[in-house]
Amino acid sequence: MLSQKLRLAALATAVVFFTSGAALAQKKYDAGASDTEIKIGNIIPYSGPASAYGVIGKTEEAYFNKINAEGGINGRKIKFISYDDSYSPPKAVEQARKLVESDEVLLIFNSLGTPSNSAIQKYLNAKKVPQLFVATGASKWNDPKNFPWTMGWQPSYQSEAHIYAKYLLKEKPEGKIGVLYQNDDFGKDYLNGLKDGLADKSSMIVAEEGYETSEPSIDNHIVRLKASGADVFISVTTPKFAAQAIKRLAEIDWHPLHIVSNVSASVGGVLKPAGFENSQGILSSAYAKDGSDPQWDNDPGMKKFYAFLEKYYPEGDRLNASTVYGYGVAQTLVQVLKQCGDELTRENVMKQAASLNDFEPDTLLPGIKINTSPTDFAPIKQLQMMRFKGEKWELFGPIMSGQLNEQSSFQ
Amino acid sequence: MSAAVEEVVTEAPAVEAVPKRAMTLGTGTSLTVLALLVVAPLFVKNFIIFQMTMLLVYGLAVLALNILTGGSGQFSLGQSAFYAIGAYTSAILMEQYNVNYVLTLPVSGALCFAAGFLFGQPALRLSGVYLALATFALATAMPQLLKLNFLEPWTGGVQGLVVTKPDAPFGLPMSQDMWLYYFTLVITIAIYIASVNLLRSRSGRAFMAIRDNEIAASAMGIDVALYKTLAFGVSAGITGVAGSLGAIVVQFVAPDSYTITLAIALFLGMVVGGVGWLPGSIVGSAFIIFVPNIAESISKGLSGAVFGVLLFLVIFAVPHGARQVAIVCQQALAKYKRR
Repeated sequence: MLSQKLRLAALATAVVFFTSGAALAQKKYDAGASDTEIKIGNIIPYSGPASAYGVIGKTEEAYFNKINAEGGINGRKIKFISYDDSYSPPKAVEQARKLVESDEVLLIFNSLGTPSNSAIQKYLNAKKVPQLFVATGASKWNDPKNFPWTMGWQPSYQSEAHIYAKYLLKEKPEGKIGVLYQNDDFGKDYLNGLKDGLADKSSMIVAEEGYETSEPSIDNHIVRLKASGADVFISVTTPKFAAQAIKRLAEIDWHPLHIVSNVSASVGGVLKPAGFENSQGILSSAYAKDGSDPQWDNDPGMKKFYAFLEKYYPEGDRLNASTVYGYGVAQTLVQVLKQCGDELTRENVMKQAASLNDFEPDTLLPGIKINTSPTDFAPIKQLQMMRFKGEKWELFGPIMSGQLNEQSSFQ
Repeated sequence: MSAAVEEVVTEAPAVEAVPKRAMTLGTGTSLTVLALLVVAPLFVKNFIIFQMTMLLVYGLAVLALNILTGGSGQFSLGQSAFYAIGAYTSAILMEQYNVNYVLTLPVSGALCFAAGFLFGQPALRLSGVYLALATFALATAMPQLLKLNFLEPWTGGVQGLVVTKPDAPFGLPMSQDMWLYYFTLVITIAIYIASVNLLRSRSGRAFMAIRDNEIAASAMGIDVALYKTLAFGVSAGITGVAGSLGAIVVQFVAPDSYTITLAIALFLGMVVGGVGWLPGSIVGSAFIIFVPNIAESISKGLSGAVFGVLLFLVIFAVPHGARQVAIVCQQALAKYKRR
C-alpha cells in the first residue's frame, strides 16, 4: 500500500518534472526577444574622429536585412538598433543605457572602440546584458571570470604582436627593432604584446616612437628610427600613417625588415596608395581575406560576400576592410542566435556564444576557425603570416596562435 | 591719446552688458523650475534620470564658462582640460586611495581653482582671440598629458579608470541613479546660488567692470590682474566639480572623454543658453546633450551636418540664445497681464 502510494507520488513528480521540462525547452524569452523579433543594440562612431568605422555598422545592418529577407532566424526577424557615440565614452554610456533601458534590446553587439567598451563593460555586466563580440583588439575582453557577459571577436593586438615576436626570434634573433606606434590604447597594447612576446630578449627593441593621430606627418619619427640603427621596422599604425611610413622609407632609402600591423594590411587602402614598388617584401599577418586581393576572386566564401555587397549594400566598398569585418562578425552573431533556438534568454545567448565549435565565417582565411568555451572568450585566436609580393599578399608558414604564454600582462 | 591706448588694450568680446537683475530668473519661475527638477525623476525611467544628471553636470560646466566669459569677458576653449582634471582627481582618489566620493568634490574644486588661477597668470597678457587660442592649446594638450607614461600608475594611461558607483546612503530606498541625481541637484543649486551672489557682489561688479572697459575699471581702483585670474580660478574650480560629478555618474574616465570636442560643446552650450545669463546654462546643456540625439534620429550618416543646420537655425533665429527667448516670453506675459 505504502509502496503503491510512493509509486504514485513518484509518477506525479515525474509528470510535473517532464511537463515543466518540456515547457522550458519550448520557448523562453528575455527582454528584446519574442516570437517574431529579436532586438539587437549596437554602438558605433558614425561621427567624430573615428567615423570611418561607421561602415562596420552599416554593413551589419545590411547583413541583418539580408537575413530578414531570407526569413529571419528560426522565423524571427532581427531588429538592429544602432546608435552613434562619436567615439566618446560618456556618450557610449548614455547610448548603452538607452539601448538596455529604453529600447530593451536582448544584447549589445559589436560596440566599437576600447575606451567606449571599457566605459560600458561594468554597467552591462551588472545588468547581465551580453556585450557580445566587441569591436576592439584589446586583450582584456577575454576575462570570463570577472566579466562573464563580455566577449571579444578578433584576435587581440597582443596575440598578433606575439606572432611577430615569435617570427623575429626565429628568423632574426640579432635584429635591432625600431617601433613606430600610435599613442593610444591600440598602439600601447601592441607594444606591450611585443615586449611580452620577446620576453627576456626585449632589449632587441632599440627605439620606440609614438605619434598622435592629430599629427599631419610622421616623417621626423621615421628619420629618428632610422638614425637609431634599427634593421627591423615595426609599424603599429592605422592605414593613413602606415601608407605614409611605407612611402617615407622608400624616399630616405631605408630598407629594414618591415612589419605592418594587420590593421593596416589592406592592399587597396594602404599598399596601393603607398605604391606597390615601395611595398615589396613587407610582412604582416591576417585572419580575414582581403576584399581587394584578387587571389580570393574565385573563393566560394568571398563570392558570397561580393554577392551580398551587390544586392544589399551596393554603396559598400569591397576594398574596405571594415565591410569584410562587419560581414564576418554579423555572421558569427547569426550563428549564435541560431544555436539559441527558441530559448532566447540573455543567459543562453552567452552560453551559446561560449560554445562555438569550429565555426568558419565566409570571410576568414582558410583554416582559421572560431572556437570558444566557458573559459575561453577569445573567438579568433589564429593568424597567418604573409609577405607582399607583386600586387598581392602571399600567405606563408603555418596558421599560428598568438597565445605564447597564457599569462598576459593584464592578469 | 587715450583713444589710441584703448585701441591696443581692450579686447572686443561680443558680449552685451547685462543688467544685474536680468542675470537671473524671477523668484516664481525659479521655484517652478526647481519643483520640476525635484519631482520629475520620480516618474521616469533610470535611463532618463541618468540623462537628467548629465544635464545638470554639463549645466554646471557651462555655468562656469558663463562666469568667465559672461562675467569677466574672457574667452576660454580650454574648459575640457579643467573638467578632465576634476574627473581624474575624483577617479584617482576614489579608486586608488578609497576616498569617499563626496570628499573628492572639494579636492577637485580646490585643485582646479589653483590650476585655473595659475593658468590665468600668463593668460593676463593675452586677450580676445589670442586668449581663446591659448586655452585651446590647453584643451588639446590635456588628453596627451593624461596618457604620459609616468602618470600611468595613477591615471591608467590610455585604458582609463573605471569608477565605482556609490549607493544611496543611510539605506535610503532609491536607486543609485536617483540618489546621484539628487546629490548632483543639491550641489548644482548650491553652486548656482553662490555664482549668482558672486556676480552680484563687489567681486562680481569688478568682473563686469573689467569686461565692459578695462581701463575704466583700473581707474576705479580695481586690481585688474587679480580679478581676471580670480575669474579664471573660480570658473576652473566649478568646472572641476562638474568633471568630478561627471566621472562618478559615467563611472569611467579616459583621455578620449575629454578632448577639444568637449570644450567646444561647452562653449556652444554657453552661446545657445545666452552669454552672461546664468539660467541659460541649463538650456545650453540641454542643447548639447539632446540635439545631437535628435540629429542622429533624423539622419545617421549626416548627423554632424544636421546638427550644424540646427545650430545655425538657432543662432540665426535667436542670436542671444535662450535669454532672448526668455525676454520675449516675459514681455508677452506682461502684455497679457496688463490686459
